Amino acid sequence: MGGQQTDAKLPEDHDFALWEKRVDALMVLCSTKGYFTVDGLRRAVEDMSEDAFDTMSYYERWVAAVNQNMIEADAYSLAELGERMELIKARGATYGEATAYKEATDG
Amino acid sequence: MAETVRVKTMMPPGHVRTPAYLRGKCGVIERKLGEFANPERAAYGLKKEMQPLVRVRFSMGEIWGAAAENPTDTLEAEIYTHWLEKVI
Repeated sequence: MGGQQTDAKLPEDHDFALWEKRVDALMVLCSTKGYFTVDGLRRAVEDMSEDAFDTMSYYERWVAAVNQNMIEADAYSLAELGERMELIKARGATYGEATAYKEATDG
Repeated sequence: MAETVRVKTMMPPGHVRTPAYLRGKCGVIERKLGEFANPERAAYGLKKEMQPLVRVRFSMGEIWGAAAENPTDTLEAEIYTHWLEKVI
């Protein structure tokens, strides 16, 4: 990072998880809608602590940076975000659990 | 005659696209690229402001000094002109 020495090696090429592809799509959607640009994404990622580069994955940093910019663009409030996160959390931790939850609650 | 420029040495906090390792280094303008939205404003959602962008050619000797393996090799970077000062 920032030209500093490291022994860390880049991971092997890997296929992206569905959620990672969704974060990428979200970024395209947000910029197309005019909420913010890739400049804002980079700025928010750079503003994270150095620790974030060890503890968060690439797309985890992206989704946090997208959220930061969306809050700043007044796209939604923190309260709306919090309530939505609670609703989604109730569906379960995996896509399988979420599908089962949807089938059960759709009655 | 190629125009020689020096990259400003300033280090403001915040989002800038000028590579830190080129600050204070001299190069020549290789070509003018036209005007692009200033990323230093775009990064904060501020009103769009167009700024001229140029491609600057540096020698490896200029950038890395005695540590350069091939001092006459060159490196090009695209830099906004408000980061450049003329070298007389």
